[in-house]
Amino acid sequence: MLDSILEGVIAFMLIAGGAFAFIGSLGLTHLKDFYMRLHGPSKTTTLGVGCTLLGSSLYFSLQGGPVVQELLITVFAFITAPVSAHMLAKSALHHKLKPDPRTRGNPIELESEKPKHAVEEAPQGNSPLP
Amino acid sequence: MIDTALWISLALFSAAISLNFYRVVIGPSLPDRILAVDTMYMNSIALIVIFGIWVNGKNYFEAALLIAMLGFISTIAICKYLLRGDIIE
Repeated sequence: MLDSILEGVIAFMLIAGGAFAFIGSLGLTHLKDFYMRLHGPSKTTTLGVGCTLLGSSLYFSLQGGPVVQELLITVFAFITAPVSAHMLAKSALHHKLKPDPRTRGNPIELESEKPKHAVEEAPQGNSPLP
Repeated sequence: MIDTALWISLALFSAAISLNFYRVVIGPSLPDRILAVDTMYMNSIALIVIFGIWVNGKNYFEAALLIAMLGFISTIAICKYLLRGDIIE
């Protein structure tokens, strides 16, 4: 009885992981610009791999003692996915990739024409300040 | 029940890897391709874990752990190269 319930939980975990990963990759393929595309995989793929590894851990726990090595990969994925997404966003801003024209707001890294550390010239002419 | 779930999950992850490969091929810029490869290795980890459940072997998780660590390091290295023009300064 308990085994069949656990099998159902494992099957649900596997299918949920596959569905999450597929939706994330669909977002990676179909969204318009890079800043939108970054959202899909960086959130859903972590969850999909986490669900699959949790299902695998439960499955191998059925055949003996508890198995926790798989959770190591889950923890590693949950730690590293935001870091790599942050680095990818920084490199995209550095390369000044064009956002979709309907995007609201413009970050200062994208609108500045001059390089970031250019020396500002003093304003010429009469200034309003005394 | 687990057999059917394994088949469905294998099909979904294979479709996900195919979509990632499509993005690697058509990706207009370099960060797009890096993001696609990053997603691809995460999906391949899950594929290896599902294969381990299928053949009922416990040793496949070590390969998955190796892929996770090397993929993260390589993503960070390529991003560092794009940002600074050099990996180790």
